[in-house]
Amino acid sequence: MATQSQSTAAFTQQLGKYYASYTGAFVAFVVLLAILEWIGVPNRVIGYLFVFFTLAVYAMIGIMSRTAQVSEYYVAGRRVPAFYNGMATGADWMSAASFVGMAGTLFLLGYDGIAWVLGWTGGYVLVSTLVAPFLRKFGAYTVPDFMSHRYGGNFARFLAVIVLVSCSFTYIVAQVYGTGIIASRFLGMPFEIAVFVGLAGILLCSMLGGMRAVTWTQIAQYIILIIAYLLPVIILSTQKYGIPIPQLMYGQAIQDITAREGQMLQTGLATAAALKPHIVPFQTYSPLNYFGIILCMMVGTASLPHILMRYFTTPSVREARQSVAWSLFFIFLLYFTAPAYAAFSKLEVYTEIIGRDITQLRPWLFTWGEIGLIKICGKDAVNLDAVIAACKAIANHPGVVRLQDFNINTDVIVLSTPEIAGLPYVISGLVAAGGLAAALSTADGLLLAIANALSHDIYYKMLDPNASTVRRLTVARILLLVVAVCAAYVASTRPADILAMVGWAFSLAMAGNFPALVMGIWWKRTTTTAAVLGIIAGFGLCIFYLVCTRYFPQAGVTYFGMSSLTNPTTGANLVDIAKVMADPKWVADVPASAANPLQSKVGWFGLNNINCGMLGAPLGFIVMIVVSLLGKEPSKEMQAFVDEIRKPRGQTVIQDKAS
Amino acid sequence: MESKDQSYWNDTSRLMWITLAIWFFFGYVIHAFVNVLNKITILGFPFGFYMAAQGSLIAFVVLLFWFAKAQDKIDRKHGVAEDE
Repeated sequence: MATQSQSTAAFTQQLGKYYASYTGAFVAFVVLLAILEWIGVPNRVIGYLFVFFTLAVYAMIGIMSRTAQVSEYYVAGRRVPAFYNGMATGADWMSAASFVGMAGTLFLLGYDGIAWVLGWTGGYVLVSTLVAPFLRKFGAYTVPDFMSHRYGGNFARFLAVIVLVSCSFTYIVAQVYGTGIIASRFLGMPFEIAVFVGLAGILLCSMLGGMRAVTWTQIAQYIILIIAYLLPVIILSTQKYGIPIPQLMYGQAIQDITAREGQMLQTGLATAAALKPHIVPFQTYSPLNYFGIILCMMVGTASLPHILMRYFTTPSVREARQSVAWSLFFIFLLYFTAPAYAAFSKLEVYTEIIGRDITQLRPWLFTWGEIGLIKICGKDAVNLDAVIAACKAIANHPGVVRLQDFNINTDVIVLSTPEIAGLPYVISGLVAAGGLAAALSTADGLLLAIANALSHDIYYKMLDPNASTVRRLTVARILLLVVAVCAAYVASTRPADILAMVGWAFSLAMAGNFPALVMGIWWKRTTTTAAVLGIIAGFGLCIFYLVCTRYFPQAGVTYFGMSSLTNPTTGANLVDIAKVMADPKWVADVPASAANPLQSKVGWFGLNNINCGMLGAPLGFIVMIVVSLLGKEPSKEMQAFVDEIRKPRGQTVIQDKAS
Repeated sequence: MESKDQSYWNDTSRLMWITLAIWFFFGYVIHAFVNVLNKITILGFPFGFYMAAQGSLIAFVVLLFWFAKAQDKIDRKHGVAEDE
């Protein structure tokens, strides 16, 4: 034992050395590019260098840690130290939605956007107390492994795979979509092609080395993404207030925003309808939906397979718990900066763009306008002439940009803040590289979760239990490729915005996994029948609510008693259902198109469909409790098994095969 | 044997409930009073806004490190901790 812990310490120390020199090299690379920009190398070249250099590094790590061992492929040999696993989980967790989308959402929604920040951090408390350490003790390769062992075999396994694939797939589409936005802006290629380029990067990391390669790449990606996120906002804070701690200084920025909001209203630069005061709560989400989002995101965190499986890789149960704490710490570094990011860029937009004469607009705006992400006066801001023409068309337009004239896609805020603030282009390139790292690392983890479930759970455990190691890993790799291409195809059709897609993934995971996982560990009395019925009922209700409100709102209104969601400030209905339903054009619009006024605007109790987990999970719990109590107590062996996973000491319940 | 397991699980469950109570307070209860708290201003931040954007997050991080330690202590007390 002593030699083993010695070698573990040496291993950890060596990791520290590797990643320290890696960080140094990256900083040197950024400085080099800054010098290149200074001597006049064009922006496009700098963008290319950033993207290709970082992709090459990830690919190299992926190739260096390729493996042909099953336990290395699925759980990285279970020797990732808590601290580094925390970092890898941070990258796994923080996706395009966090890096690219979150500050934008906070920018747009102000206080209400913070629901996402709270939901995506507090969930780790549930991970650590209720779920992850017990699954680590069980010794699973995948979450369905646990479901199958606890709930009597392959039917439960199959259900768990369905839940896993549906939530992970929804999530991965959002990541590939984010990659596409970044690549199309910084490499100047069409969105549909950019999606597939991003995909190639994802596959390079995860194809050869499975969990092992993904772990070491994710740590590298975390380092890049956190530098890229913090640096611009630190510069902004120093520029504005002279102190490089944005997280403290944005209190000032918030005061300035509030003052500017009043000023804009007085001078006619904004109408009360267009302006959402930054700090006033419950303007976008009603309190029910606000707290609903917090709950669904938190519980979803504790149910998402690609996150839970990261804790299968630690050397012990103790380290699994410490690792959850480190994960949250690394995630926290970005999340408590996001509101500062939002405040600083909002202040820049309110003072630099709103109120500016439309003939004086700065040229960076048009690079985003060209890809349809910034609109001024209702039209894409393609160039100066287009903007002037669009604003002329509006009656009594004063010739300066007003708040209601300016429309910026939330996904653009983080990527464009360096340009809004007039920072050197090298910072923009850095931010793009960071966003790419965030999207790629999450996509890697998700792809791996899906491919593992299909190869390990469906192929090996259900179809061909005698498959050789080589064959299993080959199947895993082929499936990885198939899933990746499907995701890229769906993403290239631009299905919805990133945040909504990610929100659904969490709700689906919450409804499908959470009750069965928690009850399986914390209540011995839970029976197989109860769990199976609970999963079907909870997950079924959640998916019904989601699909019905989004694609078949007419049926929801006619047959299921759904009514319009309401505006939380005024209490008025968001849509006039009677009027829309009287129009044959919308009644015939099945499944509902994006233009349909009813889409995602109807529901029960005013509940937004992002929160469908709020309906599914409680139903799942109730079904499990009631059916369990009606049935026979689980066998002695099953109860002994539950006792076994509750105690950290001793061997894992399932043994890793040496092969 | 049975009762030894039972007392370990009782301690573990108690810690779980305490942790979740703190989690519930910082995740939900405090934000229900955002309008009241916003009347207080610290460093330019309205306090209700600050708690949601930063305060609760810090609480969660500290809570998790504390929990990992406390659970380890329980494991050792009952002799079910893993070897180092």
